Amino acid sequence: MAIFSRLSGRQAKDEAAIEAAVLRSDRFRQEREGDWKRLEAIVTRMEKGRLRRISDADVLELPVLYRTVASSLSVARETSLDAATLAYLESLVQRAWFLVYGPRTTLWSWLARFFGGEWSGAVRSIWPELLVAFVLMAAGTVIGWKLCAADPDWYYAMMPIDSGDLRMPGASHDVLKGTLFGNQDQNGLGVFAAGLFSHNAGIAILCFALGFAFGVPPLLMLIQNTTMLGAILWLYHGQGLTLDAVGWLSIHGTTELFAILISGAAGLHIGRSMAFPGTRSVLEAAAAAGQRTATVMAGVVLMLVIAGMLEGLGRQLIDDTPARLAVGYGMLAFWLAYFFLFRRTPAGSESE
Amino acid sequence: MSDAAAKLKRGDLRRVLVTPEGIALPVTLASRGTRFGALLIDLGIIFLTIIITTIALAYIASKLLADSPLKFGKGGTNLPPVVQFALILYIAFLFLLRHAYFLFFELGPRGATPGKRMTGIRVAARDGGRLTTEMVLARNLLRDVEITLPLVALFSLSGGGLADWLVFGWLAVFALFPMFNRDRLRAGDLVAGSWVVEARRLKLADALSTGKAAASGTSETTGASYKFGDEELAIYGEYELQTLERVLRDGRPEAMAAVHEAICRKLGWNPGSGDERAFLEAYYTQLRGRLEGGMRMGKRKADKHG
Repeated sequence: MAIFSRLSGRQAKDEAAIEAAVLRSDRFRQEREGDWKRLEAIVTRMEKGRLRRISDADVLELPVLYRTVASSLSVARETSLDAATLAYLESLVQRAWFLVYGPRTTLWSWLARFFGGEWSGAVRSIWPELLVAFVLMAAGTVIGWKLCAADPDWYYAMMPIDSGDLRMPGASHDVLKGTLFGNQDQNGLGVFAAGLFSHNAGIAILCFALGFAFGVPPLLMLIQNTTMLGAILWLYHGQGLTLDAVGWLSIHGTTELFAILISGAAGLHIGRSMAFPGTRSVLEAAAAAGQRTATVMAGVVLMLVIAGMLEGLGRQLIDDTPARLAVGYGMLAFWLAYFFLFRRTPAGSESE
Repeated sequence: MSDAAAKLKRGDLRRVLVTPEGIALPVTLASRGTRFGALLIDLGIIFLTIIITTIALAYIASKLLADSPLKFGKGGTNLPPVVQFALILYIAFLFLLRHAYFLFFELGPRGATPGKRMTGIRVAARDGGRLTTEMVLARNLLRDVEITLPLVALFSLSGGGLADWLVFGWLAVFALFPMFNRDRLRAGDLVAGSWVVEARRLKLADALSTGKAAASGTSETTGASYKFGDEELAIYGEYELQTLERVLRDGRPEAMAAVHEAICRKLGWNPGSGDERAFLEAYYTQLRGRLEGGMRMGKRKADKHG
């Protein structure tokens, strides 16, 4: 019998104990207890986080033992009434399940998949929302411009003006030009860039997170932020500095506004999935959308790091409009090409 | 799942996950209090780290800058490159601490932040499948709306008008989200498809039915032999068996005596005293043997009425 061949390697004492056990379920337990204890030891070591101290053999054995113990649990549920053993097995299978089905990727393999196609794929998958966000941002810009053109007081309503800020209606050509050029001697640009990034990334994450409220807040945030853009363009247009202002904004703005556009679209995507879940339940739809857009958002944070560096360093160091435009639209071309032309599904993808 | 869920009473935290192998795994959801406690511990760790680093850096900076007058003004600050570099690192560090602390720990093998570990809970996928990186990212991206924003709104309430109250009320919906659903999901969990469950660790208890008295029905103290007939075992079911197991494991003499007396009365035996444990172990083993034998034949007896 299989039982005896399993037992042959064990100690005589165990055998005697198994013989002595009256109940079949106790014999079942005694035969398998070794496997359970071994799985428990491996799981306990892994939970302590000392991954380096766990031997390769243990790592290979974990899924095998997990399935063995899981089948022990199924059998025990049908044959044993020992509540303590059942509770132990349930907790052990659960702990092993956490490890076997836990987040298993290393940072590097995740990054490789992320850059190797998952990011661009995730961005492409929300293209309807990207279009909506783009239309909204364009509309916001036009509205900002038109409102200021109709009544300059609107400028003050839209722009938070610090004391000492020279950019306001009525400022002369030279004053405005001074705000666009000639800042390359500034010290502390790196700090400025880091601060900008931290601020912008916070806003982008917020924009995404608020999408949860059925997508309305990201819409408003997109419009509100771009009315400011329209107002600034109007201001510089009035003094014949449109192209210079566009260059000043574009060098980082193409990356930054694109990132904000994407995060708004991601928020919108969640909101849309919840408002119109289709055949799935609202919870399932929200979860699917959330996981898809999480990848998008990780990318947005990265884009904002780059935008922060371009704004803090590039804009101050590159001091003429053609070069600024070249950098800005070069970046835009790069992003567009990466997102929409780079179609590749990385191997070992975790998500569906 | 929804059928099973519909039967659950309000406030019952037990759920059943089905693993990819098709094994139903009971889990207990973490209670709101536990999760709040875990969050407080984590926030405490974050704040302490910020305070300690800030003080340390400020101290170092004050030493470095002791002889160079600080000039803050429009167009940047006039700082030595070393301090500038440190400042950049500091800003990046604060950002990471705020947004990556939870990510880092929840993506690790333990699937839990230090606060969660201390309170014995962890994150799991709601569908029983793998907890993916995307889930952990998604559930943590929403933390801002759930914690930071409501707090900011709360502090700006003093002397605020109707609009402030409206904003706060709206944000409070996010903060209090776990209060309004059966699975204790916070907004991040909902979007990520995750939930937070208790991570129990149980030791394998000794088998009760393999001791001498249990196995042979013979008491070691008195030498009395306990053998129960089929009718004598047929009066109880699985529920009583499990109660008996609990009593035996707790091992409190008063409880054992009471149960001993109750069983004897039911059997029509004259309850003696002094040998309760051996009697109960023998009865437990033989009752379990009978009930398990029935299980194998597909007959289950839930309790004494069954």
